[in-house]
Amino acid sequence: MKNIPISALIGLFLTALYFLMALFAPLIAPYGMAQVVGDVWEPSKIEIMLGIAPAGFTESNFWLGTDNIGRDLLSRMIYGGRTTIFIATAATILSFVTGSVLGFFAAVMGGWVDQVLSRFVDLIMSIPTLIFALVVLSVMPVTVPILIVVMGLLDSTRVYRLARAVAVDITVMDYVEAARLRGEKNGWIIFREILPNALSPLVAEMGLRFIFAVLFVSTLSFLGLGVQPPEADWGGIVKENKEGIVYGIPAALLPAVAIATLAISVNLVADWVLNRTTSLKGGRG
Amino acid sequence: MHPIIILVAQRLALSTLLLIAASALIFAGTMILPGDVAQSILGQSATPESLANLREELGLNDPPLTRYFDWLFGALQGDLGTALTNGRDIAESIGQRMSNTLFLAFWAAIISVPLAIMLGLIAVRYKDRWPDKLISAVTLASISIPEFLIGYLLMYFIAVKLGWFPSVAMIGDHMSLLQKLQAIALPVMVLTLVVLAHMMRMTRAAILNVMQSAYIETAELKGLTGFQVIARHAFPNAIAPIVNVVMLNLAYLVVGVVVIEVVFVYPGMGQYLVDHVAKRDVPVVQACGLIFAAVYIGLNMVADIVSILANPRLRHPK
Amino acid sequence: MSDPLLKVRDLKIGATVYPPGEKPHDIEIVHGVSFDLAPGKVLGLIGESGAGKSTIGLASMAYGRGGVKITGGEVWVNGRDILKTSHRDIRKLRGGEVTYVSQSAAASFNPAKKIMDQVVEAAVEQKKFSRKEAESRARELFAKLGLPDPDNIGDRYPHQVSGGQLQRCMTALALCPEPDLVVFDEPTTALDVTTQIDVLMAIKEAIADTGVAALYITHDLAVVAQVSDDIMVLKMGNTVEYGNTDQIINNPQEEYTQALVSVRSIEHEEKQPTADPVLSVDGITARYKGLNFDVLHNVNVELHPGQTLAVVGESGSGKSTLARVITGLLPPREGEITFAGRKLSSDLKGRTREDLRELQMIYQMADVAMNPRQTVGTIIGRPLEFYFNMRGAEKRKRIIELLDEIELGEKFIDRYPAELSGGQKQRVCIARSLAAKPKMIICDEVTSALDPLVADGILKLLLDLQKIENVAYLFITHDLATVRAISDSIAVMYQGRVVRYGPKSQVLSPPFDDYTDLLLSSVPEMHLGWLEEVVAHRKMESAGN
Repeated sequence: MKNIPISALIGLFLTALYFLMALFAPLIAPYGMAQVVGDVWEPSKIEIMLGIAPAGFTESNFWLGTDNIGRDLLSRMIYGGRTTIFIATAATILSFVTGSVLGFFAAVMGGWVDQVLSRFVDLIMSIPTLIFALVVLSVMPVTVPILIVVMGLLDSTRVYRLARAVAVDITVMDYVEAARLRGEKNGWIIFREILPNALSPLVAEMGLRFIFAVLFVSTLSFLGLGVQPPEADWGGIVKENKEGIVYGIPAALLPAVAIATLAISVNLVADWVLNRTTSLKGGRG
Repeated sequence: MHPIIILVAQRLALSTLLLIAASALIFAGTMILPGDVAQSILGQSATPESLANLREELGLNDPPLTRYFDWLFGALQGDLGTALTNGRDIAESIGQRMSNTLFLAFWAAIISVPLAIMLGLIAVRYKDRWPDKLISAVTLASISIPEFLIGYLLMYFIAVKLGWFPSVAMIGDHMSLLQKLQAIALPVMVLTLVVLAHMMRMTRAAILNVMQSAYIETAELKGLTGFQVIARHAFPNAIAPIVNVVMLNLAYLVVGVVVIEVVFVYPGMGQYLVDHVAKRDVPVVQACGLIFAAVYIGLNMVADIVSILANPRLRHPK
Repeated sequence: MSDPLLKVRDLKIGATVYPPGEKPHDIEIVHGVSFDLAPGKVLGLIGESGAGKSTIGLASMAYGRGGVKITGGEVWVNGRDILKTSHRDIRKLRGGEVTYVSQSAAASFNPAKKIMDQVVEAAVEQKKFSRKEAESRARELFAKLGLPDPDNIGDRYPHQVSGGQLQRCMTALALCPEPDLVVFDEPTTALDVTTQIDVLMAIKEAIADTGVAALYITHDLAVVAQVSDDIMVLKMGNTVEYGNTDQIINNPQEEYTQALVSVRSIEHEEKQPTADPVLSVDGITARYKGLNFDVLHNVNVELHPGQTLAVVGESGSGKSTLARVITGLLPPREGEITFAGRKLSSDLKGRTREDLRELQMIYQMADVAMNPRQTVGTIIGRPLEFYFNMRGAEKRKRIIELLDEIELGEKFIDRYPAELSGGQKQRVCIARSLAAKPKMIICDEVTSALDPLVADGILKLLLDLQKIENVAYLFITHDLATVRAISDSIAVMYQGRVVRYGPKSQVLSPPFDDYTDLLLSSVPEMHLGWLEEVVAHRKMESAGN
């Protein structure tokens, strides 16, 4: 583990930073989440320092300016990150636990169990995820737990497919057959023979699923079907401030920076995990 | 009968089956889940009488299976029911919007498909050199930002700061084709960016996979030029995977349209769907969901059928 | 003798390697090889895997596979150094002057194009022949190579003909443009032994008829002895010995060459049955789920304690299926198996732990038979733990004993499979099965994936262990030399049936049934002229019938 590439280190650092900000949001944020502290869309300190603020503004109390009703944007971004990351993390964990348990189960059992589960997953995946989510959310109350469950279960179909494929590849290996011939129980086979070999691709996939969850919850909030005001989240901040775009006010673009840096960081880490696996495979041959 | 006809027929039947199952799922998703539709439309303060009236009106008192088949057979005959919110015929409202959506998706596809294949080829040609690395970097960046934000980024910089295109994509019947194209330039650009990344990456992988085959080495050892190797030996084997890539991304594009229409206030199906989800107008949501699912399943089916048709083992059985 | 057609001087070839956890770097894989090849002559390049023989063959077309680069030396073809010539000239060389036959014709033919289009492509492209001439030449070659229906076979697609036929089509593809030199890269290695002999003869005759020169690359000295005029023995990218075929086979100078010549000459005295059989297979008929035909038909064999039964057959003979039935992975439709005096449950689930312990299995591919995430100690230790409840120091002591028995030693205990060579991996698998103190071990093609010398080492080890542990082997193989080396009794399988069965001396002595005769006579023998003798013998017999 000595030679972690620089890109993965940057990724690890930024990812850790975002998670720490989410954890300690109330300590870090300069103002309250829903506290109105200034005028509508006041320019930011940064804009003033760079000299790109609209004429007439020479000073600002807010690093990122204020939003459409005069709340501090930096505080909203920090609290919004907390909500977004929390929902995405919870949905990812749910989708991973459901998807990988069912996927391994289907691979080890085979036969009709595998058939029923796999065909059902095919069916769910035949409807685009966003459309399915919209259909379900049209009749369900939009609350955070429901968002997590809907996102987690819909996404678990992808995890199921990967987990099953990886496990099926491993179960046909001679070493698994050797374990069966030795008389080992299913528990040993899953946890000692399959899992250690399936872990790396699954961990890498977990990173990608997490990014997808961040994008997905942001999209839903942007469409007004995710996190409900006055709670802040990154997608919601875009929705609240989108009217400003036409007047040249970039407040709505801040979440783009946050989402993109978080997603790229996680991606860099996932890439590194996956590459480590493939090089191990290469060494086997 | 030729085995390929049987296989294609099987795919068709399977897709039909899948569509019916998907329709059942969409129906079940809106009807049998714990939330009561009438309650959620009228809210907590509704009187029992108004709830009962609405239930009657929606046919909620019939058994679910009856309602499902009524709805399905209606949909098959083009009757999608009426919207709860304004009492208008859904099929009629959807008609114009669907053609708007298809117009947008069509232009996005026309631009992104050739561009993606070309860039994919360039990435393969310059594998591991700077053009390939640049393409990978752009790909990574564009899959890391949600579609709607790419939309606002372009809107902010191109429409507002540079003023090249309108920031809102309003189109109407009175406009000429050129005016319409001008209006949808930004959304088309966003959609192109969104699918381009995936399509390029998958095209690159598909072509690389073919180029690593032993028969490509055979062709090179025949003294053919690089171009001849690609045109005669790589291309015939790469068609199927590339068509597959294109179809999968068009399916992806159809979904991307939903969000982009909201960003640019474009009068299409996506905007219509999102509006009515917020208003909890269940029949509209079901109808739109069914249409999106049908398009998605249809494109996936085309991809499957092309793979079957392009497989020499199936085309020329032993 | 005039100028050689191919003249290689001090050829050095490098490659980029990507070791796990390290930066990619360049290494040299061929260290200065020189040889000459006169027009119409055949030079055999022989060596084990990693010897650099294919790489040298492709260098004669100025081609490097993957990250392989020619880093030094000269390669002269028809009077010019092709490493210094233009791209245009190299294109003329490839497919015109020098052509290539690969090991796997199935992968080397484009699946989307008809065979004829691919066979004539180089000849037409290089303007050697018109399309029409090239096609008629291809048909002649198809006939000469003994392909069925030579006039129409070109209209088929590659997947529509058999593996042996496709290999001959590939030879036609190489000969069609009338090249001066053909590089044959293990052209018969992927074929069954009875198919190999026909393809080999076809290639040899085609070379003689067309007067083309050839580089014949293989790991099998007995095969190359049949076709080449000269032989170069390579090891790890160096020339070990270079001389004419007669000298290399009959009077090898170097120790390594001597080892290659005498490989597979292990002597093993047949043992007489001394006790009741440890295994008897009675009337086994079996089929796979979803298939509507039987893969095994009424198979009956017995194996005695401390002895070896070799089950021999070609691909599709059902020999591996028999192993699956005995292990309980595939319950048979009919018949029963008695093991150590008790009737075995037909299904794995119904077997006792004692049944499982006493009947062990070793696989062909050692690298997928071990969990890559477990150390050698864990792999060998698990059966000790599982069957004998051994823990801690006691277990470790026994693991080290086993490691000594397989001639590896204690230092291997903490290594991972990826850090072992092919032969070492197979030894660890042997130790794992011995750890269970079995009465019988099923060995499924355990030496097929290994180089001949390494395989010899494994066979010797198995024989030694048999003496010490008194364990019986059911030895599944397609290789008759291995059978001779290790067995006490033999069962010959063909299309799911045992066609010949008995003690080794009896099975390997005449009179033979037709299939056994074909099989035995198809095994290449390490002497010159063997191929002609066999073919002449077969012609006589078929004339006699």
